[in-house]
Amino acid sequence: MGRIAARFAKLRAEGRGALIPFLEAYDPDGATSMEILRGMPAAGADLIEIGVPFTDPAADGPTIQRAGQRALKAGGTLPGALAMVEGFRREDSETPVVLMGYLNPILAYGAERFCRDAGAAGVDGLIVVDMPAEEADELMAHIDGAGLDLIRLVAPTTNDARLPLVLKGAGGFVYHVAITGITGTRSAAEEDLATAIPRVRAHTDLPVAIGFGVRTPAQAAQAVRVADAAVVASVLIETLAASLDEHGQAQPDTARQVLDQVRGLAQAVREARVGAVAA
Amino acid sequence: MNQILPNSLRSGPDSRGRFGTFGGRFVAETLMPNVLEVQQAYDDARNDPAFEAEWRRLLKDYVGRPSPLWFAERLTQHFGGAKIYFKREELNHTGAHKINAVLGQILLARRMGKTRIIAETGAGQHGVATATACALFNLPCLVFMGATDVERQQPNVFRMKLLGAEVNAVTSGAATLKDAMNEALRYWVANVEDTYYCIGTVAGPHPYPTMVRDFQSVIGDETREQMLAAEGKLPDAIVCAVGGGSSAMGIFHPFLDDPGVKLYGVEAAGRGLDSGAHAAAINGGSPGVLHGNKTYLLQNRDGQITEAHSISAGLDYPGIGPEHSWLHDIGRVDYVAATDSEALEAFQLCSKLEGIIPALETAHGLAYIAKLAPTLKPDETIVLNLSGRGDKDIFTVAQHLGQAL
Repeated sequence: MGRIAARFAKLRAEGRGALIPFLEAYDPDGATSMEILRGMPAAGADLIEIGVPFTDPAADGPTIQRAGQRALKAGGTLPGALAMVEGFRREDSETPVVLMGYLNPILAYGAERFCRDAGAAGVDGLIVVDMPAEEADELMAHIDGAGLDLIRLVAPTTNDARLPLVLKGAGGFVYHVAITGITGTRSAAEEDLATAIPRVRAHTDLPVAIGFGVRTPAQAAQAVRVADAAVVASVLIETLAASLDEHGQAQPDTARQVLDQVRGLAQAVREARVGAVAA
Repeated sequence: MNQILPNSLRSGPDSRGRFGTFGGRFVAETLMPNVLEVQQAYDDARNDPAFEAEWRRLLKDYVGRPSPLWFAERLTQHFGGAKIYFKREELNHTGAHKINAVLGQILLARRMGKTRIIAETGAGQHGVATATACALFNLPCLVFMGATDVERQQPNVFRMKLLGAEVNAVTSGAATLKDAMNEALRYWVANVEDTYYCIGTVAGPHPYPTMVRDFQSVIGDETREQMLAAEGKLPDAIVCAVGGGSSAMGIFHPFLDDPGVKLYGVEAAGRGLDSGAHAAAINGGSPGVLHGNKTYLLQNRDGQITEAHSISAGLDYPGIGPEHSWLHDIGRVDYVAATDSEALEAFQLCSKLEGIIPALETAHGLAYIAKLAPTLKPDETIVLNLSGRGDKDIFTVAQHLGQAL
């Protein structure tokens, strides 16, 4: 069993959902993002999503765009993100780590070599935003051998006829994009999620995570009441961005501020108490 | 059997929208159902004679097609070689070839019941064409344009506003065409229900590269007939500037199966291919994925997209349509390049010798003809796709020539 499946099995046994906080690799610099990554498990992260900076993040709103620009300026690359995971794994062998990014840096690295190196570095899953099911064969052949899960995105626009195709070959968990839109813009209504998640579950036994628009502890708790996990990204980046000085440099308490916010979200997720809905 | 050759180079793409390995549909899942909806609607429309008839009526009575084929006698004498013809797309309503595909797409959007149109634009020609069609059909129009381009293409920004469009100045990245396209995609993701994205070139997710090519192929179809009437034979060479490559795809496609017709796509070499400041995706890039398709791109070794540079805003894009990438790889089209200064020189030459002020984009094509024509014989012929007029560029050119307007 891979780390992602093991972690969800453990949480299911505990009867609670998962918090998946996001950080952008190298935002605002390599050392600070590494400090945030290292601190996340103790702050209550059940899984961790690491964004790989890309010049043209067409599915992301201004907050993550700016995070990517800071990261690129600080020398962030796909190999740099892999090195972060490798370093993280020296002290944490259990917390699942998922890389999220766009396809072009992976193709430039070499699809097969990337999957091999990612698996070896201790990456557990990949979310490739601009690689829909129709194009998944760009990576599919190299996923299994590397011990990676290809995590699929399901959107409000993904109709029932399309769900089986989208979920074919999916691994790890299913990422439900809660809104029709880009990251960091608005939040889904509770009743929309209450109908959307059972629709996804009808087509898969994988855990379902809700992302896009999960900002507050209350929203995170609400997400794990209907689904298995809450992904929180833009609001953490806003906290990070607000802590920087006027030159975009990290301050001594940058990592602490982000991790404090993770702690608050984790507490709400743990107190939601319902989580892992019995399949 | 050594190698199975396709019967035709005009049959692509395959059902996945691939030209060889290029093309495809690399968009977020949220957009994918919409992209499939566009494909379904286009497949239906292209088989509907009423759709074709309405588009042809607009091309004839609103755009002014067919555009003439002009024998450029003074330029022919000047270069001293092949006979040079211009396919006069700059005489179309709105001053460029863009309107051909825009009208087709707006008719499609109406057929799909979409009530709002968005578009990206670089030089502003596609934005103006889209704003024009939206005015004609009473559709709200939002044009995304890089803030840098808004600055250097003021006349077109004003035109779009006069036509009733809203212009959104995009400030992310280098604030040029690539960033405008990112922003249009972001807007589309958030407004998939009622919005049609009218893409200006033969790029983006399938079916856009095919659909825009099909509409623009009216250029090549007319050229073929007009050359047969004028010369009694097909041209020996066709030359066209290439940014995204819609004007080039449009004039090349009807000739792909005529091996005697040499095809030249002219990329923007900016300050020179070795300078790093250019927009030559094929001559200076490598294959990758951006804006929904796999194609040649300007990128660094980490797969980050690098900024393009060209004096021409319409060519200032780090990618190229996927069918061009395929035509390059199979060797059917020669992709060459012309620098900013070569284009500036051709711009002035065409103005003085033919009385036609070409777009700076088009001037890149003419700059290559300056090299090609003298190597050919006087009974050989070259057609330049004169894709746009240069009124919009006079401020840029004046600035480069050190003249205040």
